[in-house]
Formats: sequence, C-alpha cells, structure tokens
Amino acid sequence: MPLDLICPAGSLVSLKAAIDHGADAVYMGFRDNTNARAFPGLNFDEAQAAEGLRYAHDRGRRVLLALNTYPQPDTWSRWTGAVDRAAKLGMDAVILADAGLMRYAVKNHPQLRLHLSVQGSATSYEAVNFYREHFGIQRAVLPRVLSLPQVENVVKHTDVEIELFGFGGLCVMVEGRCLLSSYCTGESPNSAGVCSPAKAVQWKETPAGLESRLNGVLLDRYGKDEKAGYPTLCKGRFEVGGETYYAIEEPTSLNTLDLLPEMLKMGIAAIKIEGRQRSPAYVTQVTKVWRAAIDAVKKNADSFEPAPAWQAELNKLSEGQSHTLGAYHRPWK
Amino acid sequence: MNLSLGPLLYYWSRDDVLAFYGEAANWPVARVHLGESVCSRRHLLRLPDWLELAEQLAAAGKEVVLSTQTLIESESDLKTLRRIVGDGRFRVEANEWGAVRLLSEAGVRFVAGPTLNVYNPETLAVLAGLGAQRWLPPVEMSRATLASLLERAPAGIQTEVFAYGRLPLAYSARCFTARHYNLPKDDCQFRCLDHPDGLALATREGEPFLTLNGIQTQSAGVYTLIGELPALRKLDIVSLRLSPQSRHMGRVIEAFQAALAGESHAAEKLARVMPGPAVDGYWHGRAGLEHAGLIHGTEKPA
Repeated sequence: MPLDLICPAGSLVSLKAAIDHGADAVYMGFRDNTNARAFPGLNFDEAQAAEGLRYAHDRGRRVLLALNTYPQPDTWSRWTGAVDRAAKLGMDAVILADAGLMRYAVKNHPQLRLHLSVQGSATSYEAVNFYREHFGIQRAVLPRVLSLPQVENVVKHTDVEIELFGFGGLCVMVEGRCLLSSYCTGESPNSAGVCSPAKAVQWKETPAGLESRLNGVLLDRYGKDEKAGYPTLCKGRFEVGGETYYAIEEPTSLNTLDLLPEMLKMGIAAIKIEGRQRSPAYVTQVTKVWRAAIDAVKKNADSFEPAPAWQAELNKLSEGQSHTLGAYHRPWK
Repeated sequence: MNLSLGPLLYYWSRDDVLAFYGEAANWPVARVHLGESVCSRRHLLRLPDWLELAEQLAAAGKEVVLSTQTLIESESDLKTLRRIVGDGRFRVEANEWGAVRLLSEAGVRFVAGPTLNVYNPETLAVLAGLGAQRWLPPVEMSRATLASLLERAPAGIQTEVFAYGRLPLAYSARCFTARHYNLPKDDCQFRCLDHPDGLALATREGEPFLTLNGIQTQSAGVYTLIGELPALRKLDIVSLRLSPQSRHMGRVIEAFQAALAGESHAAEKLARVMPGPAVDGYWHGRAGLEHAGLIHGTEKPA
C-alpha cells in the first residue's frame, strides 16, 4: 500500500469528511496536551474517538492517534493513560515521539502498532533504526528538512515505512527541535502541544498599521493592502542588519504534488496532510485533490502531471495563497 | 559542582578557534566540549584538527567530550559521526538518537545532549540503560520540572545544566545567515565567519529578540543561572555548562568560579561582560525571554 493518504481530523465532522472523500487513514488527538495540536475546541473525547473509529473501520479505513508531545514528570500518567485508552479503543496505531513512552507502550500493549512522530526529530536512518530496534516502530514520519535524495537514502537503509508531509503548514525548523514558541510565550510544541498559542496573540490597530503581537513581542505590522495571517512566530517580519523582511520564513504552505512520481518510485508509504486545526471544508477540499492526484500517479507515474485545477484549488487553501516544495527541493534551503 | 565549557556554536577563523582553546587550557573548567555541532559546511577545523585539540586539552588536565552534529541530513554527516564514535579516545556527547544508536552499539559510556528531548525519568532511564553517564535537560526545562524528574531519575547518572549563554532554540534545514545575504545555503560563502556571536534579529520596533547562527536560531537574551547556585546545588547538579562567546569568555568563567566560591559580587562581574540582556525565564517556568530572577518570589507553580 504505497502512498497512503493520511488526512487530519480535528473533529468528528472533519474525520467523516476525510473518510468520505478518500483518505486511507486519518489522524487525531485526545482532548488534552498529549498531542501537538492542543487547541481549545479541537480533538476527541473517548466517546467521539470510538464513534470516529467505528465510522472509519466500517468503511475499511484506519485511525491513527497522535500522542506526540513529550510527557512531563508530574503528569506522566496522562500520557500512559492515553496509550492505554488507544489500545482499548482499538486505534490502528499510535504516533509517539518520546522514547520512555514507547517503552511503556511496548511493555504494556505489545500488539499496538507504533509510529515515530515527526516530533521525534529523526532525520537519518540511524535514528529511525534506533527506534525500530528498541521499540519495534513500524513507520516513521520524517521532519520537513531533508531533500528528496536524502529521503531516498533513509528509505534505502531501513525497513521502517517512511511517511512524508505532502501539504499544509510548513515548519521551517526541525520538528521537535524548536523552542521559539516557549522562548516567547512559555509554551512549546514539545512540552505544551502548542506553537504560538492563540491565548498569547494580540491584534491592535495603530497609526503605523495593524500589529500582531505574541506575548507582547511585535511579530508583524501590516499596511492597508496587506493581508494579515495568523501570527506564527517564525513567519513574522523582523529587522536584521538594517533590513526588515521575513527573516525566517514567508507565510507559505508546503505543496508536494509535483513530487508524487518520485515519492512513489522511492517507496514512500504514506503522505500526510497537515491541518488538524483547519475546518472540515478545508479537509474536504484537500482530501479530494490529493485522492485524485495519488490515484492518477499510481495509474501512470511517468505521464503524471498535477492538473492545473488541483493546484488552483490547493493555492486557495494555502497560507499566504502561495506554496513551496520546501526542503525536498534543494534550492529552498 | 564544577564548570563545563560547552561546544563552540559559532563559526570562527582557525586562528581564533586555536587561540580560544589555547586560553581554555588555563581556565578553571573541568571539562571542554569540542567539535562542530551546528553546521556540516563549517570546515576550517576538520575532525583530525578537533582530535588534535582534544589531545592538547586532555594533556592540560581537562576532561574532553566530543559533541556531535545536532541535525544529521546526509550520508557524509553520518560518516563523520561514525568516525567520532569510532575514534574511541574521548567521551562523546550524542545530540540526536542516531548517535545514541552508534554509541550504544559500540558499548561505550556517553553523554546525552540537550537536544535528545529528555523530559521525563522514563526516557532518562532508557538512555541510562544504553550507557548514558551524564545528561542535560532541554534548555526550556524549569527548575520545578527538573526537580520532579530527578526525584525518580535512575541511579548513577549525572546531571549537567546549560547555565550561561545565548540559548540554542531551534535548528533548520534552511540557513538564515545565507538567507540574510540572499545566498543559497550550498553557496553560503561562509558568511557566518563575519558574525562571531551570530547575527542579531530584532522586532520591527527595534527590540532584540533572536540571534541567527546559520541553521541554528538562538535567543538574543543571554541565559544566566549565576544567581541560582543554591537551587542547583540542592538538585545535585554536577556541572554548569557555559556556552562560548567571542569576547571575554575567560572573565565569564572567572565570574562563575567566583560565584561557586561564594563571592558576593560575582553576578555584577558577569553582567559587565555579557553580550546581551540577561534572561532566565525558563528556569522559573515562564517565557524564556523573561528575566524572572528579578521578580523575587513569583515563581509559577508547576
């Protein structure tokens, strides 16, 4: 089953939308900080998770549970409890980042399938194989930092299935190795499951323009004709050496439709769509396009070309209405 | 509790690096971390040069640790990693889990670096079982969380804490220094050499915020725990890591040595040679850029 389509499910409505429009699997989180999208109003309680699983399994699809923050010492049992619930509910896999939690899962639920989260920061086959040997992981999600030839080198040297991000918000930093959010707000993806949390965001109209701040730190200022985006810390405009520019990354999305033939040929197991925080309408549109694209590339990889309509549809949904091949395409680096 | 010189995170000329470690041989630090842990393109010192420096510092009585590259991307990165592990003369600090695999396979004791993301005693126990002899918490960890972790830490493993310097906060495939100069990373013209303490990034209202150091992003604020020695001693921290800066490093170390000896004006001595404003929010469970040590008695409960 190469190039499985893995879609985000931030809610039951999104889960059903993804399944109805062709996702092979969806991924979700419980309603707490055990996952890296610990946003208010998002995610699943146990009853909703059970209903989501039923919906997916009745249609022959799978559900993966993200437990990909790093357990904190005082609340360790929240993470182990989540692993126990995942096993009881019959999740098809849990996506973990923490070695200690993997050891717990293997010991207590040997039948539970383990995926290494992108938050585990494994960028080489030595790291991926470490988790294979010690915890029997079946799949690893690679951080969005490797070029395509580097990804291929990982695939060649491991029997762990490799999953790549295909579309959505673009982390310019190695996932799991970015503390910018906690430096500014006290909360990071690793320890709190959030990046640039909404509760720390302030918007203010000023004579100089609309300002976005994160815990008081000015991230950007927008002129009358500029569209203001969500103030993710790394996508602000800053001053370096007397110039003001997007010093870290533009507000843009990752879109790898063009690379699908290469990904298929090198044996990528699955493509992940980012965006559990996005709306069911977003999930519907993106799932439709990617289902069509993956079906087309599987039918004939050599003649595959992304349809202009697909790209147009995806661009409408992208942050900043633009997209990039990211690190997969070397010049981006 | 002793002092430990962290790996050099910046890119300096060969002469500057050799002069720096020539001085380090006489500084009151027990341990020196060597090697390129940030960017594989930095080549003015190659592994044989680092190993030669290691021999010299060992002969001067320092414990030497080789610190590995944090972001491994290519086969050539892995080749360097294997040569470091294979050398066998010096202890190695693993900064990602591929290095942990190679070191545990080699059956040698190692140091678990701050980017391994050890947030709980269970993960620390995994590493101790594989041969970790010393470890560093992530730089964002608070005193309260560290205390709670250490209550259930495996026996015998020593804890070192990042106690001084601009905080290494993030790693990327992209080089932000090259980006500043509109150069591709593969042809970066080694512009990091022009910025021996990194490239300052400020907000649009001129507030210092971050520091660009090639593929690494650091804080603009300088983390310092010089006022926290009683709390660090209480936690049985064996070593304080001081991160190299291009000027006055000897005086930074003197200040910490004075603090360890109980001198009362050590913090003032340090303040005179810091390249930026002091921050210590992380230690107090707050945003990293805050200087919570100034707000006495307001530590957030865990």
